[in-house]
Amino acid sequence: MLLIPCPYCGNRPEIEFAYGGEAHVVRAADPRKEDDAAWTEFLYFRKNPRGDHAERWRHAFGCGRFFNVKRNTYTDHIEASYRIGEMLP
Amino acid sequence: MDNLAETTSLSRLFALSGQAGDRHCRPVTGGARFSLRVPQASLGAAGEALGLDLTGPINRAVSAGQRTALRLGPDEWLLLLAETDAATVAASLSQRLTDGLYSLADISHRQTGIALEGVAVTDILNGGCPLDFDPAAFPVGMATRTIFFKAEIVLWRQDLTRFHMEVWRSFAPYVWSLLANVGCEYAD
Ligand SMILES: [Zn+2]
Repeated sequence: MLLIPCPYCGNRPEIEFAYGGEAHVVRAADPRKEDDAAWTEFLYFRKNPRGDHAERWRHAFGCGRFFNVKRNTYTDHIEASYRIGEMLP
Repeated sequence: MDNLAETTSLSRLFALSGQAGDRHCRPVTGGARFSLRVPQASLGAAGEALGLDLTGPINRAVSAGQRTALRLGPDEWLLLLAETDAATVAASLSQRLTDGLYSLADISHRQTGIALEGVAVTDILNGGCPLDFDPAAFPVGMATRTIFFKAEIVLWRQDLTRFHMEVWRSFAPYVWSLLANVGCEYAD
């Protein structure tokens, strides 16, 4: 089973976690000023890379916290996990 | 505080009353429970109000007398108390934390307790919980929210071969029957 390092609890089994999609997707400060293309991009389009990916996870059956993980989507190798608000290492 | 005092005086129907179980498991009836959320800045004051040190690490239990606080998250504690103590605890917290920046929710009736004891208990738990129960990874005094089959539970290791489990009452018969199911495979 994949072990995911929670920044609060340490390594914990994957089934305790819920996936939260790509990390660092920034919502426009004033969405009314966005044109349709930019707003569509924000709502629906994600990078979905084969390789390194910054993504959100929540330790749902644990401390309950959202945090970020840098994971290789091809090898499942997790390079780093870091708290919400921190920059991609 | 009036409504809290009223809550504790309601009669309780326990989720596992009258259910046959496994010899490793025993329902724990009674007790009051609070979910406590406190910001970092108020940890000292809240700890003084409770008579418990809340500054300890996450996923650990601290106890004093009949009061126990399980630190389930960076700002979240599960308080396990005697039923008669509930109103006192709520009152002393509201007296000390005058800025009001905390939350105390009475969840006494939301969940029920199960005591597990025996040398096979970690194996039985591993039947539905993926955590590593080696004492180096899950020492005595550790307490955490986790999963048992599909139900959310809180596990507190009170001794090498003794655990206290908290489970939401609607999941309790499910967890109870799976504990019995796995437990019947073990001789002691
Ligand atoms: Zn965690």
